[in-house]
Amino acid sequence: MRHTISLLVENKFGVLSRISGLFSGRGYNIESLSVGETIDPQISIMTIVTSGDDQIIEQITKQLNKLIDVIKVIDMTELDHVEREMVLIKVAPRHEDKAEVLRLAEIFRGRIVDSSQKTYTIEITGDEKKIEAIVELLKPMGIKEFVRTGKIAIAREGVKK
Amino acid sequence: MKMTGAEIFLESLKKEGVKYIFGYPGGVVLGIFDLLYDNKDIQLILTRHEQGAVHAADGYARSTGKPGVALVTSGPGATNTVTGLATAYMDSIPVIVFSGQVPTALIGNDAFQEADIVGISRPCTKYNYLVKDVKELSLIIKQTFYIATSGRPGPVLVDLPKDVTVSKTEFTWPELNIRSYKPTYEGNKWMISQAAHLIAKSKKPVILAGGGVVLSGASKELKELAEYTEIPVTMTLMGLGSFPGTHSLSLGMPGMHGTYYANKAIQESDMLIGIGVRFDDRVTGKIDAFAPHAKIIHIDIDPTSIRKNVRVDIPIVGDVRRVLLVLNKILKEEVKEQWSEVRKAWLKQIDEWKRERPLTYTYSDEVIKPQFVVEKIYELTKGDAIIATEVGQNQMWTAQFYKFDKPRMWLTSGGLGTMGYGFPAAIGAQIAHPNKLVIDIAGDGSIQMNIQELATAIVHKLPVKVAILNNHYLGMVRQWQELFFNERYSYSELYSHVVPDFVKVAEAYGAVGFRAIKPSEVEPVLKEAFKIKKTVFMDFIIDWKEKVYPMVPAGAPIDQMLFEEPKEKAEKKLKAVK
Ligand SMILES: Cc1cc2nc3c(=O)[nH]c(=O)nc-3n(C[C@H](O)[C@H](O)[C@H](O)COP(=O)(O)OP(=O)(O)OC[C@H]3O[C@@H](n4cnc5c(N)ncnc54)[C@H](O)[C@@H]3O)c2cc1C
Ligand SMILES: Cc1ncc(C[n+]2csc(CCOP(=O)(O)OP(=O)(O)O)c2C)c(N)n1
Repeated sequence: MRHTISLLVENKFGVLSRISGLFSGRGYNIESLSVGETIDPQISIMTIVTSGDDQIIEQITKQLNKLIDVIKVIDMTELDHVEREMVLIKVAPRHEDKAEVLRLAEIFRGRIVDSSQKTYTIEITGDEKKIEAIVELLKPMGIKEFVRTGKIAIAREGVKK
Repeated sequence: MKMTGAEIFLESLKKEGVKYIFGYPGGVVLGIFDLLYDNKDIQLILTRHEQGAVHAADGYARSTGKPGVALVTSGPGATNTVTGLATAYMDSIPVIVFSGQVPTALIGNDAFQEADIVGISRPCTKYNYLVKDVKELSLIIKQTFYIATSGRPGPVLVDLPKDVTVSKTEFTWPELNIRSYKPTYEGNKWMISQAAHLIAKSKKPVILAGGGVVLSGASKELKELAEYTEIPVTMTLMGLGSFPGTHSLSLGMPGMHGTYYANKAIQESDMLIGIGVRFDDRVTGKIDAFAPHAKIIHIDIDPTSIRKNVRVDIPIVGDVRRVLLVLNKILKEEVKEQWSEVRKAWLKQIDEWKRERPLTYTYSDEVIKPQFVVEKIYELTKGDAIIATEVGQNQMWTAQFYKFDKPRMWLTSGGLGTMGYGFPAAIGAQIAHPNKLVIDIAGDGSIQMNIQELATAIVHKLPVKVAILNNHYLGMVRQWQELFFNERYSYSELYSHVVPDFVKVAEAYGAVGFRAIKPSEVEPVLKEAFKIKKTVFMDFIIDWKEKVYPMVPAGAPIDQMLFEEPKEKAEKKLKAVK
């Protein structure tokens, strides 16, 4: 099963490679990984999406906890939480599809962040389903480039699953 | 007073109680070496290869329980430590390597003798550091010793750029607080009490004791547990010596080359108490068929060891000694003895297995059997020697036929299986225990992997004894080729009954060399060697066809063992396993 794991880590040189090295060295999957500073600049937060059966996930969280620079490991999947991801999609529609692209962007509450004679770049934020949905719809219009941030997640306050 | 990084380095080591560094010089560490030249507190033991230095530090650590320290130069000096680090990492040994590095300004520029040793050693160290500022140096060194020796111990590497060792700062010896690293020492009381009740109810229990018992210094508590509850104990390769091998409750080693009765007992048991073990595949064999009827209690300080390989019914995270103190107390005060009757039947069954298939070999008058050499070494030392081994058959025969009664007298590379480990490790142990008899039981292949350390032993007047079980083959490889590759001995013959002449090699370095060809020569050679206060190589020309038995073929359940039997029979059994 798929799990979204949040990690609080020391914001130090080499920490990212310790974490990615753990995953590659032990043959665990990483579907996405995102990193950023927290309010405390000495601490970074990472969100990792990984998959495996219960035993593997248990090992992953234990192995992460064991790393000296890891302060806290939270398996978000076990909590009620909000997940978001942002994507930037550059579409190069045929002339007759241009209006449809703009309409789709609006329906999905996307923003046009760049446009040229031949292309629009749309910014979309949402959960996985939303992103998959717009990608499916835009595909026939001609997606030229596609970048995504990887997921970030945060627990909802006061509710336990 | 301001001090240079090099001065701070040595001052910090002194504060940590370091007396010996195993090392090798080179450009970027010459400043440190210069200070060592007239340092009164710390002596450098110059090895002849950096790998030797790290294994020596490892042998020092295993035999004393204190961290072993090595110092090497950048680039090739640093990369030569990798095997030593990986060896220590797999066996959870507190080894600390300080490597020189090119000046910080040059890092990343492919400078002369630059290697990214922090990157290279990351997966085979518990932690590592690149020191970027002399102001952090003393704190990093303090953290290094703490991390290496606390929790589940392990090697730590500290990379010291040259400019850090020459720049100056005020020396301070800071307090430690690593917020993200807090090992769990006390076991959960409720879990321990659950374990106590399960132990009381079990009819066919077995204790599986491992390296964690040695690391924790819990032999006394383990013996108390086993004797009080009358539970037989089997010790992994790393756990040998954690419980007396001569004890009536000892089952010897389990697993691939373990005893019949240890494996039988595990497979038949209704409860298995794993204490400081990591259920390695050499121990479990086919995992789904391992201890099929047993409830499993697992005590380990590292949560990742628990449920990594086997299912566990009662997990207890904590230090073995502290957990056993509580467990023994609960058993005595709350649960009380109630198992005497049921134990009788179980111990009788085990005795039957012991009688049915004891460890054996076929003695010969004509040709030396390796097991005979090990037995003689045991007899002559009365078990009171530090024994190192190399890797392969020599290691397994020693594990089987030498009875270890005390911890920290046994130095062997279990997890990584590093050929070339034993001799430098023996040197490190001899440095720590100048008056003890230290013996490396070697194969003719392995000994050639760090044979240059003869010079280190001679120069430091270390009376290390090396007993080479010379079968002129990579014996363990040959054994697999015989059993599983239709006797096609592809590139495993070494011709080392002729090349090299080990007696002459020893003599060339200024050591003493003996050779024994006939069984009758074994005892006189050993006696003579143990009498001499010098480094001795003993070349025992052994039966090259001898194999290590029992043997569980890789991937088979551990009670499907091969024994020393006529060949056809063995082959039939093999087929049944596949
Ligand atoms: C050629 C060859 C053949 C081999 N054949 C066999 C064989 O037949 N049988 C066999 O047993 N082995 C064999 N081995 C060795 C095997 O590969 C493993 O090294 C060994 O089984 C591991 O022993 P262990 O489980 O005791 O773990 P170790 O590697 O010693 O690990 C110690 C465990 O204890 C824990 N620990 C550490 N400190 C503490 C503490 N203070 N408190 C609590 N827990 C702690 C650690 O977290 C770890 O889980 C062989 C090796 C070689 C090279
Ligand atoms: C550095 C290293 N290379 C290769 C191996 C694989 N290997 C395991 S045992 C063995 C043979 C060891 O031969 P020898 O030292 O002569 O000992 P014997 O088995 O004959 O006692 C080899 C090559 C290893 N364990 N370590």
